[in-house]
Amino acid sequence: MATTTQAPPARPPATSTDRRRRIAARPAAWIVWGVVIFFFLNLLGVVASVLVSSFGQRWFDTWLPDGYTTSWYARAWDEFALLSVIVVTLEVSVLVVGLSLLIGVPAAYALARRSFPGKRLIFLVFLLPILMPPITYGIPLATVLYKFGLAGHMSGVVLANLVPSVPFVILTMTPFIEQIDPRIESAARMCGAGLRTVFLRVLTPLLVPGILASAILVLVRTVGMFELTFLTAGPDSQTLVVALYYSMSASGIRAQQSVDAMAVIYTSMMLVLLVVALRYVNPTQLVARVKDEPEH
Amino acid sequence: MSGAGPGRPLAHWQHRLAERGVDRQLWLLVPALVFVIALFLYPFFYGLTLSFQPTTGGPFSDYARFFSDSYERGTIWITLRIALPAALLNVLAAVPIAYRMRGRFRGKRLVTTLLVVPITLGTVLTAQGLLNFLGPTGWFNRILLASNLVDEPVRLTHNYWGVFFSLVITGFPFAFLLVLSYLSGIDPTLERAAATLGADWRRRFTRITLPLLMPGLATTFCLTFVLAFSVFPSAVLVGNPAGETRVISLAAYQAAYEQYDYPYASAIAMIMGFVELVIIAVVLAARSRFYTGSTGGKG
Repeated sequence: MATTTQAPPARPPATSTDRRRRIAARPAAWIVWGVVIFFFLNLLGVVASVLVSSFGQRWFDTWLPDGYTTSWYARAWDEFALLSVIVVTLEVSVLVVGLSLLIGVPAAYALARRSFPGKRLIFLVFLLPILMPPITYGIPLATVLYKFGLAGHMSGVVLANLVPSVPFVILTMTPFIEQIDPRIESAARMCGAGLRTVFLRVLTPLLVPGILASAILVLVRTVGMFELTFLTAGPDSQTLVVALYYSMSASGIRAQQSVDAMAVIYTSMMLVLLVVALRYVNPTQLVARVKDEPEH
Repeated sequence: MSGAGPGRPLAHWQHRLAERGVDRQLWLLVPALVFVIALFLYPFFYGLTLSFQPTTGGPFSDYARFFSDSYERGTIWITLRIALPAALLNVLAAVPIAYRMRGRFRGKRLVTTLLVVPITLGTVLTAQGLLNFLGPTGWFNRILLASNLVDEPVRLTHNYWGVFFSLVITGFPFAFLLVLSYLSGIDPTLERAAATLGADWRRRFTRITLPLLMPGLATTFCLTFVLAFSVFPSAVLVGNPAGETRVISLAAYQAAYEQYDYPYASAIAMIMGFVELVIIAVVLAARSRFYTGSTGGKG
Protein backbone atom coordinates (compact mmCIF):
# COMPACT_ATOMS: atom_id res chain seq x y z
CA MET A 1 0.00 0.00 0.00
CA ALA A 2 2.89 2.27 0.79
CA THR A 3 4.07 1.75 -2.74
CA THR A 4 1.06 3.44 -4.29
CA THR A 5 2.59 6.88 -3.99
CA GLN A 6 5.74 5.83 -5.81
CA ALA A 7 5.72 5.45 -9.55
CA PRO A 8 7.23 2.21 -10.82
CA PRO A 9 10.88 2.95 -11.45
CA ALA A 10 11.03 1.24 -14.83
CA ARG A 11 9.04 3.73 -16.90
CA PRO A 12 7.79 6.60 -14.78
CA PRO A 13 7.51 9.38 -17.40
CA ALA A 14 5.71 7.21 -19.93
CA THR A 15 2.98 6.02 -17.55
CA SER A 16 2.20 9.44 -16.14
CA THR A 17 1.80 11.07 -19.54
CA ASP A 18 -0.21 8.10 -20.82
CA ARG A 19 -2.59 8.40 -17.95
CA ARG A 20 -2.99 12.14 -18.34
CA ARG A 21 -3.73 11.86 -22.03
CA ARG A 22 -6.26 9.12 -21.43
CA ILE A 23 -8.14 11.16 -18.84
CA ALA A 24 -8.24 14.17 -21.12
CA ALA A 25 -9.62 12.08 -23.94
CA ARG A 26 -12.57 10.62 -22.04
CA PRO A 27 -15.51 12.69 -20.84
CA ALA A 28 -16.66 9.74 -18.73
CA ALA A 29 -13.59 10.18 -16.56
CA TRP A 30 -14.46 13.83 -16.03
CA ILE A 31 -18.00 12.95 -15.03
CA VAL A 32 -16.77 10.36 -12.53
CA TRP A 33 -14.23 12.74 -11.02
CA GLY A 34 -16.84 15.50 -10.99
CA VAL A 35 -19.25 13.33 -9.00
CA VAL A 36 -16.50 12.39 -6.56
CA ILE A 37 -15.44 16.00 -6.09
CA PHE A 38 -19.07 17.10 -5.67
CA PHE A 39 -19.51 14.43 -3.01
CA PHE A 40 -16.38 15.52 -1.18
CA LEU A 41 -17.37 19.20 -1.37
CA ASN A 42 -20.71 18.42 0.24
CA LEU A 43 -19.03 16.24 2.84
CA LEU A 44 -16.63 19.05 3.58
CA GLY A 45 -19.58 21.43 3.87
CA VAL A 46 -21.34 19.11 6.31
CA VAL A 47 -18.31 18.78 8.56
CA ALA A 48 -17.10 22.37 8.20
CA SER A 49 -20.50 23.91 8.96
CA VAL A 50 -20.52 22.13 12.32
CA LEU A 51 -16.94 23.20 12.97
CA VAL A 52 -17.50 26.86 12.03
CA SER A 53 -20.74 27.04 13.97
CA SER A 54 -19.11 25.69 17.11
CA PHE A 55 -16.64 28.60 17.06
CA GLY A 56 -19.19 31.24 16.01
CA GLN A 57 -20.66 33.80 18.39
CA ARG A 58 -23.88 34.40 16.52
CA TRP A 59 -24.68 32.84 13.17
CA PHE A 60 -28.00 33.58 11.57
CA ASP A 61 -28.66 34.55 7.98
CA THR A 62 -25.08 35.14 6.85
CA TRP A 63 -22.28 33.28 5.13
CA LEU A 64 -20.09 33.22 8.21
CA PRO A 65 -20.66 33.93 11.91
CA ASP A 66 -20.37 37.51 13.24
CA GLY A 67 -17.48 36.77 15.56
CA TYR A 68 -15.52 33.87 16.87
CA THR A 69 -15.22 32.45 20.35
CA THR A 70 -14.21 29.26 22.08
CA SER A 71 -16.64 29.74 24.95
CA TRP A 72 -19.11 27.19 23.54
CA TYR A 73 -16.66 24.42 24.26
CA ALA A 74 -16.44 25.36 27.91
CA ARG A 75 -20.23 25.59 28.09
CA ALA A 76 -20.73 22.25 26.36
CA TRP A 77 -18.14 20.66 28.64
CA ASP A 78 -20.08 21.80 31.73
CA GLU A 79 -23.65 21.52 30.45
CA PHE A 80 -23.38 18.00 29.12
CA ALA A 81 -20.94 16.75 31.81
CA LEU A 82 -18.68 15.71 28.99
CA LEU A 83 -15.85 14.48 31.17
CA SER A 84 -17.95 11.72 32.70
CA VAL A 85 -19.50 10.94 29.30
CA ILE A 86 -16.06 10.52 27.75
CA VAL A 87 -14.89 8.38 30.66
CA VAL A 88 -17.96 6.15 30.23
CA THR A 89 -17.32 5.94 26.48
CA LEU A 90 -13.72 4.85 27.05
CA GLU A 91 -14.65 2.34 29.75
CA VAL A 92 -17.35 0.78 27.59
CA SER A 93 -15.07 0.61 24.55
CA VAL A 94 -12.15 -0.95 26.41
CA LEU A 95 -14.41 -3.55 28.03
CA VAL A 96 -16.10 -4.38 24.74
CA VAL A 97 -12.80 -4.69 22.89
CA GLY A 98 -11.22 -6.88 25.58
CA LEU A 99 -14.19 -9.18 26.04
CA SER A 100 -14.91 -9.57 22.35
CA LEU A 101 -11.29 -10.51 21.70
CA LEU A 102 -11.30 -13.04 24.54
CA ILE A 103 -14.48 -14.66 23.25
CA GLY A 104 -13.92 -14.19 19.55
CA VAL A 105 -10.30 -15.18 18.90
CA PRO A 106 -10.56 -18.80 20.18
CA ALA A 107 -13.79 -19.25 18.24
CA ALA A 108 -12.18 -17.82 15.12
CA TYR A 109 -9.34 -20.28 15.56
CA ALA A 110 -11.68 -23.26 15.80
CA LEU A 111 -13.67 -22.07 12.80
CA ALA A 112 -10.60 -21.37 10.68
CA ARG A 113 -8.74 -24.59 11.41
CA ARG A 114 -11.30 -27.30 11.96
CA SER A 115 -14.08 -28.83 9.99
CA PHE A 116 -16.84 -30.51 11.93
CA PRO A 117 -20.52 -31.26 11.50
CA GLY A 118 -22.68 -28.14 11.78
CA LYS A 119 -19.85 -25.74 11.02
CA ARG A 120 -21.85 -23.90 8.37
CA LEU A 121 -24.78 -23.52 10.72
CA ILE A 122 -22.56 -22.13 13.50
CA PHE A 123 -20.95 -19.76 11.03
CA LEU A 124 -24.39 -18.54 9.94
CA VAL A 125 -25.41 -17.97 13.56
CA PHE A 126 -22.28 -15.86 14.07
CA LEU A 127 -23.03 -13.94 10.89
CA LEU A 128 -26.64 -13.10 11.77
CA PRO A 129 -25.95 -10.31 14.31
CA ILE A 130 -24.01 -8.46 11.62
CA LEU A 131 -26.68 -8.97 8.98
CA MET A 132 -29.60 -7.86 11.15
CA PRO A 133 -30.22 -4.17 11.78
CA PRO A 134 -29.33 -3.33 15.40
CA ILE A 135 -32.81 -2.04 16.20
CA THR A 136 -34.40 -5.36 15.25
CA TYR A 137 -32.51 -7.45 17.78
CA GLY A 138 -31.77 -4.47 20.03
CA ILE A 139 -35.35 -4.08 21.23
CA PRO A 140 -35.84 -7.73 22.31
CA LEU A 141 -32.31 -7.70 23.73
CA ALA A 142 -32.97 -4.55 25.74
CA THR A 143 -36.23 -6.10 27.01
CA VAL A 144 -34.35 -9.18 28.20
CA LEU A 145 -31.56 -7.12 29.74
CA TYR A 146 -34.09 -4.97 31.60
CA LYS A 147 -35.84 -8.13 32.78
CA PHE A 148 -32.63 -9.35 34.39
CA GLY A 149 -31.81 -5.89 35.72
CA LEU A 150 -28.71 -5.58 33.56
CA ALA A 151 -29.76 -2.66 31.38
CA GLY A 152 -29.84 0.94 32.48
CA HIS A 153 -26.23 0.93 33.55
CA MET A 154 -22.91 0.07 32.06
CA SER A 155 -23.08 -3.73 32.12
CA GLY A 156 -26.09 -3.61 29.80
CA VAL A 157 -24.33 -1.26 27.40
CA VAL A 158 -21.27 -3.51 27.29
CA LEU A 159 -23.31 -6.69 26.83
CA ALA A 160 -25.41 -5.16 24.06
CA ASN A 161 -22.34 -3.83 22.24
CA LEU A 162 -20.72 -7.26 22.39
CA VAL A 163 -23.46 -8.71 20.20
CA PRO A 164 -22.15 -7.30 16.90
CA SER A 165 -18.52 -7.08 18.12
CA VAL A 166 -17.83 -10.77 18.79
CA PRO A 167 -18.96 -11.87 15.30
CA PHE A 168 -16.96 -9.00 13.87
CA VAL A 169 -13.81 -10.20 15.64
CA ILE A 170 -14.46 -13.73 14.38
CA LEU A 171 -14.85 -12.50 10.81
CA THR A 172 -11.74 -10.30 10.84
CA MET A 173 -9.56 -12.84 12.65
CA THR A 174 -10.37 -15.87 10.48
CA PRO A 175 -8.20 -14.80 7.49
CA PHE A 176 -5.30 -13.91 9.79
CA ILE A 177 -5.43 -17.37 11.36
CA GLU A 178 -5.72 -19.06 7.98
CA GLN A 179 -2.47 -17.38 6.94
CA ILE A 180 -0.49 -19.09 9.70
CA ASP A 181 1.09 -22.33 8.58
CA PRO A 182 -0.50 -25.18 10.61
CA ARG A 183 2.83 -26.99 10.53
CA ILE A 184 4.17 -24.45 13.04
CA GLU A 185 1.53 -25.59 15.49
CA SER A 186 2.22 -29.23 14.71
CA ALA A 187 5.91 -28.64 15.40
CA ALA A 188 5.05 -27.05 18.74
CA ARG A 189 2.79 -29.98 19.54
CA MET A 190 5.58 -32.40 18.67
CA CYS A 191 7.84 -30.60 21.10
CA GLY A 192 5.29 -31.24 23.80
CA ALA A 193 3.32 -28.00 23.96
CA GLY A 194 -0.31 -28.28 25.02
CA LEU A 195 -3.17 -26.36 23.49
CA ARG A 196 -2.74 -23.52 25.97
CA THR A 197 1.00 -23.20 25.34
CA VAL A 198 0.45 -23.31 21.58
CA PHE A 199 -2.06 -20.51 21.96
CA LEU A 200 -0.06 -18.29 24.26
CA ARG A 201 3.49 -18.87 23.06
CA VAL A 202 3.06 -19.63 19.34
CA LEU A 203 -0.21 -18.31 17.99
CA THR A 204 -0.69 -15.09 19.94
CA PRO A 205 2.68 -13.55 18.96
CA LEU A 206 2.00 -14.44 15.32
CA LEU A 207 -1.51 -13.07 15.53
CA VAL A 208 -0.61 -9.70 17.04
CA PRO A 209 -1.20 -7.76 13.79
CA GLY A 210 -4.61 -9.36 13.35
CA ILE A 211 -5.57 -8.84 16.97
CA LEU A 212 -4.53 -5.19 16.78
CA ALA A 213 -6.49 -4.70 13.58
CA SER A 214 -9.69 -6.24 14.89
CA ALA A 215 -9.32 -4.51 18.26
CA ILE A 216 -9.15 -1.14 16.58
CA LEU A 217 -12.01 -1.93 14.24
CA VAL A 218 -14.19 -2.98 17.18
CA LEU A 219 -13.14 0.16 19.05
CA VAL A 220 -14.18 2.42 16.17
CA ARG A 221 -17.48 0.61 15.80
CA THR A 222 -18.23 0.69 19.52
CA VAL A 223 -17.54 4.40 19.90
CA GLY A 224 -19.73 5.06 16.86
CA MET A 225 -22.47 2.55 17.75
CA PHE A 226 -25.64 4.46 18.42
CA GLU A 227 -28.67 2.16 18.42
CA LEU A 228 -27.65 -0.53 20.89
CA THR A 229 -26.18 1.91 23.40
CA PHE A 230 -29.21 4.15 23.03
CA LEU A 231 -31.58 1.27 23.82
CA THR A 232 -29.71 -0.01 26.87
CA ALA A 233 -28.06 3.05 28.43
CA GLY A 234 -29.30 4.68 31.59
CA PRO A 235 -28.73 8.33 32.46
CA ASP A 236 -25.19 7.79 33.76
CA SER A 237 -24.07 5.22 31.21
CA GLN A 238 -24.47 7.21 28.01
CA THR A 239 -21.66 7.16 25.52
CA LEU A 240 -20.74 10.26 23.57
CA VAL A 241 -22.91 9.50 20.52
CA VAL A 242 -25.99 8.93 22.64
CA ALA A 243 -25.38 12.08 24.68
CA LEU A 244 -24.99 13.95 21.39
CA TYR A 245 -28.28 12.54 20.12
CA TYR A 246 -30.14 13.54 23.28
CA SER A 247 -28.73 17.05 23.19
CA MET A 248 -29.70 17.36 19.52
CA SER A 249 -33.24 16.06 19.88
CA ALA A 250 -33.74 18.40 22.83
CA SER A 251 -32.35 21.35 20.90
CA GLY A 252 -34.10 24.61 21.52
CA ILE A 253 -33.37 24.28 25.20
CA ARG A 254 -29.68 24.77 24.64
CA ALA A 255 -27.79 26.92 22.19
CA GLN A 256 -27.18 25.30 18.83
CA GLN A 257 -23.50 26.17 19.06
CA SER A 258 -22.84 24.23 22.22
CA VAL A 259 -24.40 21.15 20.61
CA ASP A 260 -22.09 21.80 17.66
CA ALA A 261 -19.13 22.07 20.03
CA MET A 262 -20.04 18.69 21.46
CA ALA A 263 -20.31 17.28 17.94
CA VAL A 264 -16.83 18.60 17.19
CA ILE A 265 -15.45 16.94 20.31
CA TYR A 266 -17.04 13.67 19.17
CA THR A 267 -15.68 14.14 15.65
CA SER A 268 -12.15 14.81 16.82
CA MET A 269 -12.28 11.76 19.05
CA MET A 270 -13.39 9.64 16.08
CA LEU A 271 -10.73 11.18 13.84
CA VAL A 272 -7.97 10.38 16.33
CA LEU A 273 -9.22 6.80 16.45
CA LEU A 274 -9.40 6.74 12.67
CA VAL A 275 -5.83 7.96 12.23
CA VAL A 276 -4.65 5.30 14.67
CA ALA A 277 -6.78 2.68 12.94
CA LEU A 278 -5.47 3.49 9.48
CA ARG A 279 -1.91 2.86 10.64
CA TYR A 280 -2.83 -0.76 11.20
CA VAL A 281 -5.65 -1.57 8.80
CA ASN A 282 -6.69 -1.00 5.23
CA PRO A 283 -9.64 1.37 4.71
CA THR A 284 -11.69 -1.43 3.17
CA GLN A 285 -11.29 -3.44 6.35
CA LEU A 286 -13.28 -0.82 8.20
CA VAL A 287 -16.34 -1.84 6.23
CA ALA A 288 -15.78 -5.50 5.60
CA ARG A 289 -13.47 -8.43 5.80
CA VAL A 290 -11.54 -8.21 2.57
CA LYS A 291 -7.95 -9.16 2.05
CA ASP A 292 -6.13 -6.58 0.00
CA GLU A 293 -2.54 -7.42 -0.69
CA PRO A 294 -0.21 -4.90 -2.31
CA GLU A 295 0.52 -5.47 -5.96
CA HIS A 296 3.96 -6.63 -6.88
CA MET B 1 -9.82 -29.59 29.57
CA SER B 2 -13.13 -31.37 29.17
CA GLY B 3 -12.56 -33.29 32.36
CA ALA B 4 -13.71 -36.49 30.69
CA GLY B 5 -13.06 -39.63 32.72
CA PRO B 6 -10.89 -42.47 31.41
CA GLY B 7 -13.84 -44.88 31.32
CA ARG B 8 -13.92 -47.20 28.33
CA PRO B 9 -17.43 -46.46 26.96
CA LEU B 10 -16.69 -42.74 27.14
CA ALA B 11 -13.37 -43.13 25.35
CA HIS B 12 -15.06 -45.14 22.65
CA TRP B 13 -17.65 -42.44 22.28
CA GLN B 14 -14.98 -39.73 22.13
CA HIS B 15 -13.10 -41.68 19.53
CA ARG B 16 -16.10 -41.94 17.28
CA LEU B 17 -16.77 -38.24 17.59
CA ALA B 18 -13.12 -37.41 16.88
CA GLU B 19 -13.36 -39.35 13.65
CA ARG B 20 -16.04 -36.93 12.53
CA GLY B 21 -13.96 -33.93 13.55
CA VAL B 22 -15.39 -33.30 16.99
CA ASP B 23 -12.76 -33.27 19.71
CA ARG B 24 -11.62 -31.22 22.64
CA GLN B 25 -10.36 -28.35 20.52
CA LEU B 26 -13.94 -27.44 19.80
CA TRP B 27 -14.23 -26.26 23.39
CA LEU B 28 -12.68 -23.08 22.01
CA LEU B 29 -16.02 -22.43 20.34
CA VAL B 30 -18.01 -22.76 23.53
CA PRO B 31 -17.60 -19.21 24.95
CA ALA B 32 -18.65 -17.67 21.66
CA LEU B 33 -21.57 -20.08 21.29
CA VAL B 34 -22.79 -19.45 24.83
CA PHE B 35 -22.52 -15.77 24.15
CA VAL B 36 -24.45 -15.89 20.87
CA ILE B 37 -27.15 -18.07 22.39
CA ALA B 38 -27.51 -15.95 25.53
CA LEU B 39 -27.35 -12.52 23.96
CA PHE B 40 -28.67 -13.04 20.47
CA LEU B 41 -30.75 -16.18 20.01
CA TYR B 42 -32.41 -16.17 23.43
CA PRO B 43 -33.48 -12.49 23.25
CA PHE B 44 -34.67 -13.08 19.73
CA PHE B 45 -36.90 -16.02 20.66
CA TYR B 46 -37.94 -14.26 23.84
CA GLY B 47 -39.08 -11.32 21.71
CA LEU B 48 -40.78 -13.70 19.30
CA THR B 49 -42.80 -15.38 22.06
CA LEU B 50 -43.45 -12.04 23.73
CA SER B 51 -44.92 -10.73 20.50
CA PHE B 52 -47.55 -13.50 20.68
CA GLN B 53 -48.50 -12.56 24.25
CA PRO B 54 -50.02 -9.12 23.83
CA THR B 55 -51.31 -7.17 26.79
CA THR B 56 -54.84 -7.50 25.44
CA GLY B 57 -56.42 -9.89 22.96
CA GLY B 58 -55.40 -13.16 21.36
CA PRO B 59 -51.93 -14.26 20.31
CA PHE B 60 -52.00 -12.51 16.97
CA SER B 61 -53.72 -9.33 18.08
CA ASP B 62 -50.52 -7.24 18.15
CA TYR B 63 -49.75 -8.22 14.58
CA ALA B 64 -53.36 -7.53 13.63
CA ARG B 65 -53.11 -4.19 15.38
CA PHE B 66 -50.03 -3.26 13.37
CA PHE B 67 -51.48 -4.24 10.03
CA SER B 68 -54.95 -2.79 10.61
CA ASP B 69 -53.64 0.68 11.53
CA SER B 70 -52.63 2.45 8.34
CA TYR B 71 -50.35 4.84 10.28
CA GLU B 72 -48.40 1.86 11.60
CA ARG B 73 -48.64 -0.29 8.48
CA GLY B 74 -47.40 2.62 6.40
CA THR B 75 -44.07 2.63 8.21
CA ILE B 76 -43.01 -0.45 6.21
CA TRP B 77 -43.63 1.37 2.96
CA ILE B 78 -41.98 4.56 4.27
CA THR B 79 -38.87 2.63 5.30
CA LEU B 80 -38.63 0.80 1.99
CA ARG B 81 -39.24 4.01 0.06
CA ILE B 82 -36.19 5.54 1.75
CA ALA B 83 -33.93 2.51 2.09
CA LEU B 84 -34.31 0.84 -1.32
CA PRO B 85 -33.55 3.91 -3.50
CA ALA B 86 -30.73 4.98 -1.19
CA ALA B 87 -29.09 1.54 -1.22
CA LEU B 88 -29.60 1.22 -4.97
CA LEU B 89 -28.15 4.65 -5.67
CA ASN B 90 -25.15 3.99 -3.43
CA VAL B 91 -24.32 0.72 -5.17
CA LEU B 92 -24.98 1.96 -8.72
CA ALA B 93 -22.96 5.14 -8.24
CA ALA B 94 -20.12 3.17 -6.67
CA VAL B 95 -19.68 0.89 -9.71
CA PRO B 96 -18.43 3.40 -12.35
CA ILE B 97 -16.38 5.32 -9.81
CA ALA B 98 -14.72 2.20 -8.43
CA TYR B 99 -14.21 0.94 -12.01
CA ARG B 100 -12.40 4.15 -12.82
CA MET B 101 -10.31 4.06 -9.66
CA ARG B 102 -9.46 0.39 -9.54
CA GLY B 103 -5.96 0.84 -10.93
CA ARG B 104 -3.16 2.47 -9.05
CA PHE B 105 -2.87 6.23 -9.12
CA ARG B 106 -1.44 8.96 -7.01
CA GLY B 107 -3.60 9.79 -4.04
CA LYS B 108 -5.67 6.61 -4.07
CA ARG B 109 -4.85 6.03 -0.44
CA LEU B 110 -5.98 9.60 0.30
CA VAL B 111 -9.30 9.14 -1.49
CA THR B 112 -10.08 5.89 0.28
CA THR B 113 -9.04 7.39 3.61
CA LEU B 114 -11.28 10.41 3.10
CA LEU B 115 -14.15 8.09 2.21
CA VAL B 116 -13.82 6.26 5.51
CA VAL B 117 -14.43 9.50 7.41
CA PRO B 118 -18.24 9.66 6.98
CA ILE B 119 -18.56 5.98 7.91
CA THR B 120 -16.82 6.51 11.19
CA LEU B 121 -18.59 9.77 11.92
CA GLY B 122 -21.89 7.91 12.02
CA THR B 123 -25.42 9.04 11.44
CA VAL B 124 -25.81 11.33 14.43
CA LEU B 125 -23.01 13.67 13.46
CA THR B 126 -23.99 13.52 9.80
CA ALA B 127 -27.48 14.58 10.82
CA GLN B 128 -26.14 17.53 12.78
CA GLY B 129 -23.96 18.59 9.85
CA LEU B 130 -26.79 18.22 7.34
CA LEU B 131 -29.05 20.41 9.46
CA ASN B 132 -26.45 23.16 9.33
CA PHE B 133 -25.32 22.66 5.76
CA LEU B 134 -28.58 21.95 3.92
CA GLY B 135 -30.83 24.07 6.11
CA PRO B 136 -32.66 27.11 4.69
CA THR B 137 -29.81 29.43 5.68
CA GLY B 138 -27.06 26.88 5.19
CA TRP B 139 -24.21 27.13 2.73
CA PHE B 140 -25.82 24.84 0.17
CA ASN B 141 -28.90 26.99 -0.20
CA ARG B 142 -26.81 30.17 -0.11
CA ILE B 143 -24.76 28.91 -3.06
CA LEU B 144 -27.93 28.02 -4.97
CA LEU B 145 -29.43 31.45 -4.23
CA ALA B 146 -26.24 33.33 -5.03
CA SER B 147 -25.88 31.58 -8.36
CA ASN B 148 -29.56 32.34 -9.17
CA LEU B 149 -30.42 28.69 -9.58
CA VAL B 150 -33.39 29.02 -7.27
CA ASP B 151 -35.50 31.94 -6.10
CA GLU B 152 -36.13 30.75 -2.57
CA PRO B 153 -34.30 28.26 -0.36
CA VAL B 154 -34.92 24.63 -1.25
CA ARG B 155 -36.31 22.67 1.67
CA LEU B 156 -33.91 19.78 2.16
CA THR B 157 -34.08 19.11 5.89
CA HIS B 158 -36.86 17.83 8.12
CA ASN B 159 -38.29 15.83 5.24
CA TYR B 160 -37.62 12.81 3.03
CA TRP B 161 -34.57 14.34 1.35
CA GLY B 162 -32.70 15.04 4.57
CA VAL B 163 -32.88 11.37 5.54
CA PHE B 164 -32.04 10.32 1.99
CA PHE B 165 -28.92 12.51 1.89
CA SER B 166 -27.76 11.30 5.27
CA LEU B 167 -28.06 7.71 4.00
CA VAL B 168 -26.10 8.60 0.88
CA ILE B 169 -23.35 10.33 2.85
CA THR B 170 -22.81 7.38 5.17
CA GLY B 171 -23.79 4.64 2.71
CA PHE B 172 -22.00 5.64 -0.47
CA PRO B 173 -18.44 5.43 0.94
CA PHE B 174 -19.33 2.08 2.45
CA ALA B 175 -20.60 0.76 -0.87
CA PHE B 176 -17.69 2.28 -2.77
CA LEU B 177 -15.00 0.69 -0.60
CA LEU B 178 -16.69 -2.70 -0.83
CA VAL B 179 -17.13 -2.52 -4.61
CA LEU B 180 -13.55 -1.33 -4.99
CA SER B 181 -12.23 -4.29 -3.08
CA TYR B 182 -14.40 -6.70 -5.07
CA LEU B 183 -13.22 -5.09 -8.32
CA SER B 184 -9.57 -5.35 -7.40
CA GLY B 185 -10.22 -9.02 -6.66
CA ILE B 186 -10.93 -9.62 -10.35
CA ASP B 187 -7.89 -10.69 -12.30
CA PRO B 188 -6.99 -7.79 -14.65
CA THR B 189 -5.47 -10.20 -17.19
CA LEU B 190 -8.98 -11.45 -18.01
CA GLU B 191 -9.86 -8.03 -19.33
CA ARG B 192 -6.56 -7.68 -21.11
CA ALA B 193 -7.17 -10.99 -22.84
CA ALA B 194 -10.56 -9.75 -23.99
CA ALA B 195 -8.95 -6.55 -25.26
CA THR B 196 -6.44 -8.59 -27.26
CA LEU B 197 -9.35 -10.41 -28.83
CA GLY B 198 -10.76 -7.07 -29.95
CA ALA B 199 -13.41 -6.25 -27.35
CA ASP B 200 -13.90 -2.53 -26.73
CA TRP B 201 -14.23 -1.25 -23.15
CA ARG B 202 -18.01 -1.45 -23.19
CA ARG B 203 -17.99 -5.12 -24.13
CA ARG B 204 -15.17 -5.82 -21.73
CA PHE B 205 -17.20 -4.27 -18.96
CA THR B 206 -20.55 -5.88 -19.73
CA ARG B 207 -19.24 -9.31 -20.72
CA ILE B 208 -16.26 -9.82 -18.38
CA THR B 209 -16.14 -7.47 -15.41
CA LEU B 210 -19.81 -7.00 -14.64
CA PRO B 211 -20.74 -10.71 -14.51
CA LEU B 212 -17.76 -11.40 -12.27
CA LEU B 213 -18.67 -8.43 -10.12
CA MET B 214 -22.38 -9.24 -9.76
CA PRO B 215 -22.09 -11.47 -6.66
CA GLY B 216 -20.04 -8.78 -4.97
CA LEU B 217 -22.59 -6.16 -5.95
CA ALA B 218 -25.39 -8.27 -4.48
CA THR B 219 -23.51 -8.59 -1.19
CA THR B 220 -22.76 -4.88 -1.18
CA PHE B 221 -26.40 -4.09 -1.84
CA CYS B 222 -27.46 -6.29 1.08
CA LEU B 223 -25.05 -4.68 3.52
CA THR B 224 -25.90 -1.16 2.38
CA PHE B 225 -29.58 -1.99 2.55
CA VAL B 226 -29.25 -3.25 6.13
CA LEU B 227 -27.65 0.05 7.07
CA ALA B 228 -30.32 2.07 5.32
CA PHE B 229 -33.20 -0.06 6.55
CA SER B 230 -32.35 0.42 10.20
CA VAL B 231 -32.13 4.20 9.77
CA PHE B 232 -33.09 5.66 13.09
CA PRO B 233 -31.23 8.74 14.37
CA SER B 234 -31.28 10.62 11.09
CA ALA B 235 -34.97 9.85 10.56
CA VAL B 236 -35.65 11.65 13.84
CA LEU B 237 -33.13 14.45 13.51
CA VAL B 238 -33.13 15.48 9.83
CA GLY B 239 -36.40 13.85 8.91
CA ASN B 240 -39.99 14.47 9.78
CA PRO B 241 -40.48 11.79 12.44
CA ALA B 242 -44.21 12.35 12.77
CA GLY B 243 -44.94 12.10 9.05
CA GLU B 244 -43.11 11.16 5.92
CA THR B 245 -40.02 9.68 7.59
CA ARG B 246 -41.71 7.79 10.41
CA VAL B 247 -39.72 4.64 9.70
CA ILE B 248 -40.49 1.26 11.18
CA SER B 249 -37.61 1.34 13.66
CA LEU B 250 -39.08 4.53 15.05
CA ALA B 251 -42.47 2.85 15.44
CA ALA B 252 -40.80 -0.01 17.33
CA TYR B 253 -38.87 2.40 19.51
CA GLN B 254 -41.96 4.42 20.37
CA ALA B 255 -43.90 1.29 21.29
CA ALA B 256 -41.14 0.15 23.62
CA TYR B 257 -39.90 3.35 25.19
CA GLU B 258 -42.86 5.72 25.01
CA GLN B 259 -45.83 3.38 25.45
CA TYR B 260 -43.86 0.70 27.37
CA ASP B 261 -45.74 -1.94 25.37
CA TYR B 262 -42.94 -4.48 24.99
CA PRO B 263 -45.05 -7.21 23.31
CA TYR B 264 -46.15 -4.73 20.64
CA ALA B 265 -42.58 -3.41 20.22
CA SER B 266 -41.33 -6.98 19.83
CA ALA B 267 -44.02 -7.65 17.24
CA ILE B 268 -42.90 -4.60 15.25
CA ALA B 269 -39.25 -5.63 15.55
CA MET B 270 -40.15 -9.10 14.26
CA ILE B 271 -42.05 -7.62 11.31
CA MET B 272 -39.07 -5.39 10.62
CA GLY B 273 -36.63 -8.27 10.68
CA PHE B 274 -38.92 -10.35 8.49
CA VAL B 275 -39.29 -7.64 5.82
CA GLU B 276 -35.56 -7.11 5.78
CA LEU B 277 -34.74 -10.80 5.53
CA VAL B 278 -37.24 -11.24 2.67
CA ILE B 279 -35.48 -8.56 0.64
CA ILE B 280 -32.05 -9.97 1.44
CA ALA B 281 -33.23 -13.48 0.54
CA VAL B 282 -34.50 -12.22 -2.83
CA VAL B 283 -31.18 -10.51 -3.58
CA LEU B 284 -29.12 -13.49 -2.46
CA ALA B 285 -31.28 -15.86 -4.51
CA ALA B 286 -30.58 -13.68 -7.54
CA ARG B 287 -26.90 -13.69 -6.58
CA SER B 288 -26.69 -17.47 -6.70
CA ARG B 289 -27.54 -17.33 -10.39
CA PHE B 290 -24.15 -15.76 -11.10
CA TYR B 291 -20.69 -17.28 -11.14
CA THR B 292 -19.39 -17.12 -7.59
CA GLY B 293 -16.15 -19.03 -7.84
CA SER B 294 -12.65 -17.65 -7.68
CA THR B 295 -12.09 -14.56 -9.78
CA GLY B 296 -8.38 -15.22 -9.91
CA GLY B 297 -7.41 -11.86 -8.55
CA LYS B 298 -5.38 -10.90 -5.58
CA GLY B 299 -8.41 -10.67 -3.30
